[in-house]
Amino acid sequence: MTQQPDTYSAASEKSNPRIRRTFLQRIWNGLRKAPLSAWFGLIVIAFYCVVALLAPIIAPYGEAQIFPAPYEPWSSAHIFGTDQIGRDIFTRLVYGGRNTMGIALVTTLLSFVIGGGLALAASISRGWLDQVLSRTVDALMAIPSLIFALMLLSIFGSNVTSLICIIAVLDSTRVFRLTRSVAINVVVMDYVEAARLRGEKLGWIMRREILPNIMPPLVAEFGLRFCFVFLTIAALSFLGVGIQPPSADWGSMVRENASLIQFAKYDMKAAMTPLLPAGAIALLTVAVNFVVDWFLHKTSGLRDEH
Amino acid sequence: MHPIVATILQRLGFGLFTLFVVSVIIFSALELLPGDFGEAVLGQAATEESVAAFREELGLDKPPYIRYFEWIGAVATGDLGTSFSGRAASGVDRSRSVAELVAPRLWNTLFLAGMTAVIAVPLALFLGITTALYRNSIYDRTVNATTLTAISFPEFFVAYLLILFLSSLYPIFPSLANIDDTTPFLERVYRMALPALTLTLVIVAHMMRMTRAAIINLLASPYIEMAQLKGASRSEVILKHALPNAWSPIATVIAFNLAYLVVGVVVVEVVFVYPGIGQLMVDAVTTRDIPVVQACALIFAATYIILNLLADIIGTVTNPRLLHPR
Amino acid sequence: MSTKDKDVLLEMRDIRIDGFSDDRWHEIIKGVDLTLHRGEVMGLIGESGAGKSSFGLAAMGFARPGCKISSGSIKFDGMDLMAARESEKRKLWGTRIAYVAQSAAAAFNPAHRLIEQTVEATVRSKLHDEKEARADARTLYQSLRLPDPEHIGERYPHQVSGGQLQRVMTAMAMSPRPDLIIFDEPTTALDVTTQVEVLAAMRNIVETFHAAAIYITHDLAVVAQMADFIKVLRYGEEVEEAPTRQMLETPKMDYTKSLWSVRELEKPEVKGEDIIIEMRNIDAAYGDVRVLENVNIKVPRGSTVAVVGESGSGKSTSARVITGLLVPSKGEVLFNGEPLPGALKQRNKDQLHRIQMIYQMADTAMNPRQSVEEIIGRPLEFYLGLKGKARENRVIELLEMIELDASYLDRLPGELSGGQKQRICIARALAADPEIIICDEITSALDQIVQEDILKLLLRLQKQFNITYMFITHDIATVKAISDEIVVMFQGKVVEQGLKSEILSPPHPDYTQLLLSSVPEMDPDWLSDLLAARGEAL
Repeated sequence: MTQQPDTYSAASEKSNPRIRRTFLQRIWNGLRKAPLSAWFGLIVIAFYCVVALLAPIIAPYGEAQIFPAPYEPWSSAHIFGTDQIGRDIFTRLVYGGRNTMGIALVTTLLSFVIGGGLALAASISRGWLDQVLSRTVDALMAIPSLIFALMLLSIFGSNVTSLICIIAVLDSTRVFRLTRSVAINVVVMDYVEAARLRGEKLGWIMRREILPNIMPPLVAEFGLRFCFVFLTIAALSFLGVGIQPPSADWGSMVRENASLIQFAKYDMKAAMTPLLPAGAIALLTVAVNFVVDWFLHKTSGLRDEH
Repeated sequence: MHPIVATILQRLGFGLFTLFVVSVIIFSALELLPGDFGEAVLGQAATEESVAAFREELGLDKPPYIRYFEWIGAVATGDLGTSFSGRAASGVDRSRSVAELVAPRLWNTLFLAGMTAVIAVPLALFLGITTALYRNSIYDRTVNATTLTAISFPEFFVAYLLILFLSSLYPIFPSLANIDDTTPFLERVYRMALPALTLTLVIVAHMMRMTRAAIINLLASPYIEMAQLKGASRSEVILKHALPNAWSPIATVIAFNLAYLVVGVVVVEVVFVYPGIGQLMVDAVTTRDIPVVQACALIFAATYIILNLLADIIGTVTNPRLLHPR
Repeated sequence: MSTKDKDVLLEMRDIRIDGFSDDRWHEIIKGVDLTLHRGEVMGLIGESGAGKSSFGLAAMGFARPGCKISSGSIKFDGMDLMAARESEKRKLWGTRIAYVAQSAAAAFNPAHRLIEQTVEATVRSKLHDEKEARADARTLYQSLRLPDPEHIGERYPHQVSGGQLQRVMTAMAMSPRPDLIIFDEPTTALDVTTQVEVLAAMRNIVETFHAAAIYITHDLAVVAQMADFIKVLRYGEEVEEAPTRQMLETPKMDYTKSLWSVRELEKPEVKGEDIIIEMRNIDAAYGDVRVLENVNIKVPRGSTVAVVGESGSGKSTSARVITGLLVPSKGEVLFNGEPLPGALKQRNKDQLHRIQMIYQMADTAMNPRQSVEEIIGRPLEFYLGLKGKARENRVIELLEMIELDASYLDRLPGELSGGQKQRICIARALAADPEIIICDEITSALDQIVQEDILKLLLRLQKQFNITYMFITHDIATVKAISDEIVVMFQGKVVEQGLKSEILSPPHPDYTQLLLSSVPEMDPDWLSDLLAARGEAL
């Protein structure tokens, strides 16, 4: 850099080629520099995933198996005791995680397919399609989603399918907003215009030119939306209109055992029972938030380079 | 016409339009009900006549658009219809009017939301502005990590933690916020301490983070650098150069969070058995008492829309480009 | 400009500035010295990324967020700015050292009136009371030849034009009568005809009040009008420093010489007969705003037609009409004598591949997630059906045509320099096997030395493949370097079209005259001569 050659050539121009690394090396490299909070988040998420996948192996009893003694204290037979009708709390916790997380994941995926797909189509074609979709989304977003979900559940009844569909549709409005706003920024780029000038089809432009360039914010949004959906489902279940018994889930476990908290002075362990599922929810959302925070910081940092 | 008036009218128009669309959506709720819900409401033993009479009362024999205008006209005059509950198969009708059910509870909810807002808004703005000013300091990092954790917690987790510590282990506040019309003001405030505190914690976390982001965004403007290079002190930069341009983002943040408060209130009311509109709605959803659900949804949605509209208008009247057109 | 007062005002020694990016600190200024006497104007020149802005701000003891002055000494009028506390420096800023920013539109606070901002520092430091300061500001507005100087200060920033704002900002800097003003690319965002007026006003006022100034720019011709002496920076280091005339006459370093090499390039013109593209009676509008009015342009095969004009003249819109991005409301585009469908969607691949386009910003013209091979390979696959090895071989051939090689195949755009990026864009256009390439300001974002090289490459390719260029630009030096014919546009209309020699030599229509005469030349007396000539004409 200090000694520039006297004769100029294109190849000698100052440029910054990256060091070639494999995919795994790049991931490891990123992780090595990750802050403690991100590591904590990743480990927690991994732990939850393992527990959810291996639930039948980890859980000592059946999901809805009832034992004769309700409100059994913590013991070696029942690690966290039993609940108001005598089901093993630990087993319910394990299965509850599997159910709540599974449903939240499916819902989030569905909302991304709906919201993301429509947003991409709207941002490329603009015109009336964009207008109609954007105004519809504005109107839908004018009703707070928990309220909307409550109303729709009262009509369609509380079952897992309607729960997933209702929340996915309501949440897809937010995915639409975000995807549209980032996609619009990419659509105005000259390289998209260049592809249009070349005569490329809409599908190709969406897949090859736009999608790769909006992935980082979408991935971050996926994490945040997952948290939001997860909390909404937990809240609905807590209110008694979400996942229905006998399926275990963390939200309703909190509600069912809530009264135990009054006895904290006499039996601290019993009082912990409703806090265990609530804490499990909190821990997961904190973990996801930490990871998303780090990811956002990292991807926006990468953008600064150019 | 002054462009600012035009813009405000336009926003008002859009707000009204949104309200209209929302009311149509909420009204359609009744349309989507499965056909046999008459039996469901009146019970298995309902006679054919009483079901038919019930359907007629709802006006299901008329076309939907006529019913919509009848309904919205009634809503406009304060008549929210009649609750489904209290009806019996025998045809004896002990149901109450929805307005009668909703009114006292709406007042309670507004009281709780107001009490929270009075604490949360100034606190959040203060935290947001100070962390933006001293960003990357220990203070900023601590507040940030705390609030990031707090927004990840479900409301009921925060609520039960507070109950555990401030009610069960150290009985400072009551864990049930049961109040009625006769409760004196101070007693009311005392009983509502825990629900208000729960909501405050959740809202402050959200609002503080959004305020901080808005201020940092503002401080990156070239005219802020210019003000520094003109020798303005830190407080001058903030008060004279940043603040006049900050009303719009701050109003948006406040409106967004007050609207969020309306939602958060549902869960918190259930936890503390607080007789507000949120709990009423949850009960109505469980019993599928559609008129009550509709009324509550309409109230929540209207609050939400009006708050956002207000933020929009504040943003408009503080925008110098609109205030002083070319 | 006179420099009677020979005492040193500003002395900077061995300044090093670090910038934070990519998770670590990089040195962006590597030990540069500067000495400025009272009343002297220094030009600081360098290409983008040379660190000249950071260095200019360092003269105030200021570093932007993400930058830090890591070592060196800064003495302003005997005061050590490196050791000074923030509050002490603040007393200097805006009163004894003033700053004029590049984008006036962004640097004015939208919430306050212009005159409030003009007198802010003066009033704060109690140099004058509010009333005196305002009266003085109005006098300054007058001497900067702002329209309606009595009342313009009552307006808000969004109510006046860019050129006027830039002059108000000069008034703001001058209001406390500072010893030193730092101009940071103050005319870069302006059109040439506006630039002349702003330059003249700024020079006049700096001279009148005998202030010292540092004038930062990338344009040597502009700085030659302003500065007593010039310092050239490159890659954070000083290349050379010399009095203005001496530098222009006998530059010591090759690099300095290269800064105006483009201006010495000149293509011998050829008159083409066979018309490849013709815009016939074209009207076009964006919504209700009419942008083209009865435009007629003929482009002969194998030659270069330069379309010149300022922003808003309709030159880029003409390109959009030819490519089919904007459907004209009237008239038609003929290609080899045949009318082309107005809308892009109605054109077939055979029509599409013959017209290619290269953009101003190579950064945004390439998908940052695609490798060079994908970028150049796509048109080969799309138009010519090349796949696999055949495609790769052709991509390598194209890379060699643009003086790069196979080692660039798997690079991403972010790993290329500005000039290399533009070359890849040229290769992508060539890959489609075009007859005409529309070049939209393709060199204006590049550094001078790279510009020359890209222009030479284009000329070579034209000779080799008999390609036609429609070259849109606002830069007259580039026009001289590359064109055969010139089209002058103004406010959506064609002012004139003809051979380069005809257009560039008098007599000119009024607008062409104004445009041509406003282009700064490498002559320190150019501005004075021009003003004198215009003064006579008035």
